[in-house]
Amino acid sequence: MLEINNLRAGIEDKEILKGIDLVVPTGEVHAIMGPNGSGKSTLSYVLSGRDGYEVTGGSATFDGADLLEMEPEARAASGLFLAFQYPVELPGVNNANFLRTALNAQRRARGEEELDAVKFLKLARAEIKRLSMADDMLKRNVNVGFSGGEKKRNEVLQMAVLRPKLAILDETDSGLDIDALKIVAEGVNALRGPAFSALVITHYQRLLDYIVPDRVHVLAGGRIIRSGGPELAHELEANGYAAVVAEAA
Amino acid sequence: MNAVSQTSLQASAQGFLARYEGLRHRLAGDTAAREAGAAAFTRHGLPGPREEAWRYTGLRPLAEIEFHEPVVLLADASAQFAALGLPDGPRLVFIDGRFRAELSRLPENIAITTGAPAFGHLADNSENLVALNTMLAEDGAAIDVAPGVDAGTLLIVSLGADAHGKPVSFHPRHAIRLGAGASLTLAEINAGTGVYFNNPVITAEIAEDATLVHLREQREAPGAFHLSTVFAEIAARGTYDSFSLALGGRLARVQVHARLAGEHSMAHLNAAQLLGGSQHADFTTVVRHDAPATASRQTVKNVLTGRSKGVFQGKIEVARIAQKTDGYQMNQTLLLSRDAEIDSKPQLEIYADDVKCSHGCTVGELDADQLFYLRSRGVPEREARNILVRAFLSEALDPVTHDAMRAHMEAAIAAWWEEAPT
Ligand SMILES: Nc1ncnc2c1ncn2[C@@H]1O[C@H](COP(=O)(O)OP(=O)(O)OP(=O)(O)O)[C@@H](O)[C@H]1O
Ligand SMILES: [Mg+2]
Repeated sequence: MLEINNLRAGIEDKEILKGIDLVVPTGEVHAIMGPNGSGKSTLSYVLSGRDGYEVTGGSATFDGADLLEMEPEARAASGLFLAFQYPVELPGVNNANFLRTALNAQRRARGEEELDAVKFLKLARAEIKRLSMADDMLKRNVNVGFSGGEKKRNEVLQMAVLRPKLAILDETDSGLDIDALKIVAEGVNALRGPAFSALVITHYQRLLDYIVPDRVHVLAGGRIIRSGGPELAHELEANGYAAVVAEAA
Repeated sequence: MNAVSQTSLQASAQGFLARYEGLRHRLAGDTAAREAGAAAFTRHGLPGPREEAWRYTGLRPLAEIEFHEPVVLLADASAQFAALGLPDGPRLVFIDGRFRAELSRLPENIAITTGAPAFGHLADNSENLVALNTMLAEDGAAIDVAPGVDAGTLLIVSLGADAHGKPVSFHPRHAIRLGAGASLTLAEINAGTGVYFNNPVITAEIAEDATLVHLREQREAPGAFHLSTVFAEIAARGTYDSFSLALGGRLARVQVHARLAGEHSMAHLNAAQLLGGSQHADFTTVVRHDAPATASRQTVKNVLTGRSKGVFQGKIEVARIAQKTDGYQMNQTLLLSRDAEIDSKPQLEIYADDVKCSHGCTVGELDADQLFYLRSRGVPEREARNILVRAFLSEALDPVTHDAMRAHMEAAIAAWWEEAPT
């Protein structure tokens, strides 16, 4: 379970998250929607441990462990995964090696046995196939020269291979064509189950037709200003944020 | 301060000259060549900070040490030798600059002469350290590959050791000649223990359509000095393809002069310098395009930690006759600590009008976003940094297609990283 309590964080003197309260129980998928610049990516970065943010108050725990005290790699090993809004290119780093290094680093940290190259490739190839990705993706350098949509799919491939307990998907749908959107949604749905939860950040109702969330939250001005069921996404799609923001003010 | 360093440089040069006086009648090889070297060294001495080519690399640390002629040669070098984990195959082994037949394995398809310096025809004694080498050279290999022969791979191993407890210097002199259409991969490994000064000069004459691949691994002892000079001359359609890995020594400089003498000849002068602590390493190149349609490529990467200092000086000269020259030079540096320093000096002298020459230089730290991306996937910070450093080096290392040497260099880099401070 992810529990965020009155979380405040910012960059230098600028406060971006102004008291976030959010609980994602194990087994549930929650969506976060909200205007540009409201702090959605900032929240996902703070939860995954990117440098440069100052947490000024509140807490965030995952299955009882204090996330904010952990190194990013320890958060990953404990089951947290962030699909980046802007996936990072790693020139000179082979995608297959990257994935295998990541998977084995996590397994090592958890005291599990590492996968040898053969077993790993079998696993990765199966996932690639399921996501309808080109086979040569594994041979290429991480995200280098990938199209926008290919980068997003590569994020989902990593998620599928790493099998997190909690996935944060930051606008994984933007830039995807309609077929890819379905494939990505299927990738998430395949992981759904009593031990998996997800936080799906999106601007579009469409993704939520495929990944039906248990709850929808509206993040605006650094706060969750409203929460509801899947119908809230339809309401936002129809009326925009203005009404919800005005109502909360 | 200049005055002080001048004095110690002069005193050191006097020491080398005195040594020559004592040895001159005992040294093997071409006396006239040696005399010319001694005359040049008498005139030039050791280079000081006022010499343009030595502005970034000061030799004072070298001048402050008195180096002796290696006398008590390491009798049993087998332990050090085994530690090198050498690839199989033919090899020439030199200990403190002296050829050691019992550790070597001569190839069948290459004519090799040892026991005296192989002066060759290309070296230029106006280079101070070449003059020093010519004056004191005690041994070396003349390596001749007959026309049309694919000679495979030959290792040249240099082990330095101050076996009698006093710093020693040695001045190996090798001459390589490839006949028309011949090919050879020459792989050098320079290593050792203690305080010593390795001052090799290598000349390479590459005939028409011949290819010399020259792989150099410099992992001298932490207290060692390595100042080497290569002269390569490449005839029409010939190739000199070199990669130089520097990660050892206290003070090191690799200087390469490549002259593209025939049409469609090509030179690759790639290098990687990995430095830590207070190490200093310098990669200096002079590429002269002296014929039309010649190409040169240089990719030089530096990874610097601690208080280390890296230097790259790359000069491309294009003669008037050398139309359609294609020259490329790229120097990239990763600074892994605040106190490390890189000095980079590209120089283009172009006298032809139809040429394509480019050079670039970047200096940066590890990319924070890339580092976070890796860590967010569960890769521990140190391993993530290692992955990014290796990725940075890959462009320079990728042309090293010789599997065994590539693996040897990869292992040397991995060992370097193990010991490098974060
Ligand atoms: N490094 C930074 N320096 C200064 N301001 C920043 C920095 N990073 C983010 N911000 C600001 O913080 C606010 C929140 O940014 P964030 O990226 O979290 O928004 P978002 O909700 O993800 O927006 P979008 O929907 O456009 O992706 C924005 O006003 C942004 O400009
Ligand atoms: Mg965002």
